[in-house]
Amino acid sequence: MGFFTDTSICIGCKACEVACKEWNQLQGDPAKFTADSYDNTGQLDAQNWRHVQFIEQVPDNNGVVFNPTPIAGGQAWLMMSDVCKHCKNASCMEVCPTNALMRTEYDTVYIQNDVCNGCRNCISACPYGVIGFNEEKGIAQKCTLCYDRLQGGLQPACAKACPTESIKFGYIDDLHKVADDRLANLKTQGYAKAQLYGRDEKVYGGLNAFFLLMDKPEVYKLPSEANATLPSRNNLPGYVGGVATAVVGLIAGLLAFRSGRMNANNNTTTTPR
Amino acid sequence: MEHFASPPHWEWWILGYFFFGGISGGSYALGTLLRFSGNARDESAARVAFITSFIALVPCPIFLTIDLGQPLLFWHMLVDTSNGGLAFKPDSPMSLGSWALLIFGVFSFVSFLGAIAEVGWFRATNGIGRALRGAAGLVWSAIGTVFGLFICAYTGVLLAVSNQAVWSDAGWALGGMFVASALAGSAALLLLLARSRRDVDADTAVRLESADRYFAILETILIAIFLVLLAIAGTIGKVLGVWIVLWVLVILGLLASLAMRSGAARRWPPVAAPILALLGVLALRALVIFSAQT
Ligand code: SF4
Ligand code: SF4
Repeated sequence: MGFFTDTSICIGCKACEVACKEWNQLQGDPAKFTADSYDNTGQLDAQNWRHVQFIEQVPDNNGVVFNPTPIAGGQAWLMMSDVCKHCKNASCMEVCPTNALMRTEYDTVYIQNDVCNGCRNCISACPYGVIGFNEEKGIAQKCTLCYDRLQGGLQPACAKACPTESIKFGYIDDLHKVADDRLANLKTQGYAKAQLYGRDEKVYGGLNAFFLLMDKPEVYKLPSEANATLPSRNNLPGYVGGVATAVVGLIAGLLAFRSGRMNANNNTTTTPR
Repeated sequence: MEHFASPPHWEWWILGYFFFGGISGGSYALGTLLRFSGNARDESAARVAFITSFIALVPCPIFLTIDLGQPLLFWHMLVDTSNGGLAFKPDSPMSLGSWALLIFGVFSFVSFLGAIAEVGWFRATNGIGRALRGAAGLVWSAIGTVFGLFICAYTGVLLAVSNQAVWSDAGWALGGMFVASALAGSAALLLLLARSRRDVDADTAVRLESADRYFAILETILIAIFLVLLAIAGTIGKVLGVWIVLWVLVILGLLASLAMRSGAARRWPPVAAPILALLGVLALRALVIFSAQT
């Protein structure tokens, strides 16, 4: 099961953020002025499991007002309800030392609160900055894809609340079909930059929460296909580098101790301190 | 390369662990080299190295535990409470490191018991001391050295196995850089201790100076590789700016290690160069840990 978030019809109402907090009893972070458009949530973290991004791309027309304005078409102000991607190859799961991060029967990625010991390794690994540390509970927290609601036969709170159906919930195969049709439709309307993100396996083996974007992924703070790399890529080279250095270091140490001895053996004036 | 990961807020406790873990592993390796490189006059320095290794190791699990959000659940690093089996994940350097720390703790503790018996602090473990100087001791110390050096290296790999700027960009260099700097720092610390103990042979101190110089050269090469990798990834700016202050300490530490045997350095107070070298080791780890997370 998963989400298909169609950003082309997101209106930035934040109903998803509110519904998520209501259902999951999240207090939210203290309100602050972020100086970032209409966004005062800031980022995904332990208190924000959905975050509506506001990306302003209004062109600077040097004071000239065009009529009709050339920014029409929904591409001047991009909105996107961001969430855990429930990656098929999940960076967070790779590094979690306690196995608190697990894959559920719905193919989603879930943190077991009673297993997590708050080491925060998953935070360093998630390429999307999804996971946050809950100071009160002392553990890592993120979207559960409403695991409890799924067990009760309900859809996730955010998808239920979204008034434009920008957030769609369902079986991944069905969502892929919906997404393909929508993309084809947008392309015929001339939206050349419209693209699906996480629909195929090129990004972390496919995302169970995937997106239709109106611009390139980096604009939405998502790594491009080329940059979507797993932490484990550095395991082998990291250890090889460590072992090679250790071997060179040991040889250097032996050389120092042995050559020093030869000098010392020739040096009869040396006395113990 | 663009990164969108959030920082894990690994800060002072982790810096402390990386420093003491490096010194503990590095000292153990030097103790083994000193004991088994064949000269009986190096033996007192070897004992100092094994004692230092264990004393430096003691704060490590304490720092790691305090840093957890749920310190009382530290044992979840070793026991998988979701299925009752062992929590052992080869893909996770933190998991491997937890096991390595436990195993190295045993090696370091036994070698410590042998060393304190031989210096006369605790005669009850005399037998261990004698056993560790023979062939069995060589095998024991060699295996302990592997785990000790693993402790030095995996802390760098732990950072690299992430999606953080700087850490993941440095790929294969961080583990090696931490090994080299741990060896350099340990040699500097042993030198400091050797100079303060009358029973450590003066020639051993001279040999430690040479070793420290070699390790510092190795560390310099790896730091250069680290910077080149960051430049290629386009994230070198993150380790510059205000972090120059720490770079100055790193460079002073390296210079102190490199120049220890020069005529000029001989006029410094004997503790100056080793202390600068140790500060450099601390500064390098602080630089890597903090710059990536700001
Ligand atoms: S988006 Fe991050 S937290 Fe969610 S599954 Fe992927 S790696 Fe894990
Ligand atoms: S903070 Fe919890 S979920 Fe994250 S890696 Fe550590 S134990 Fe696993």
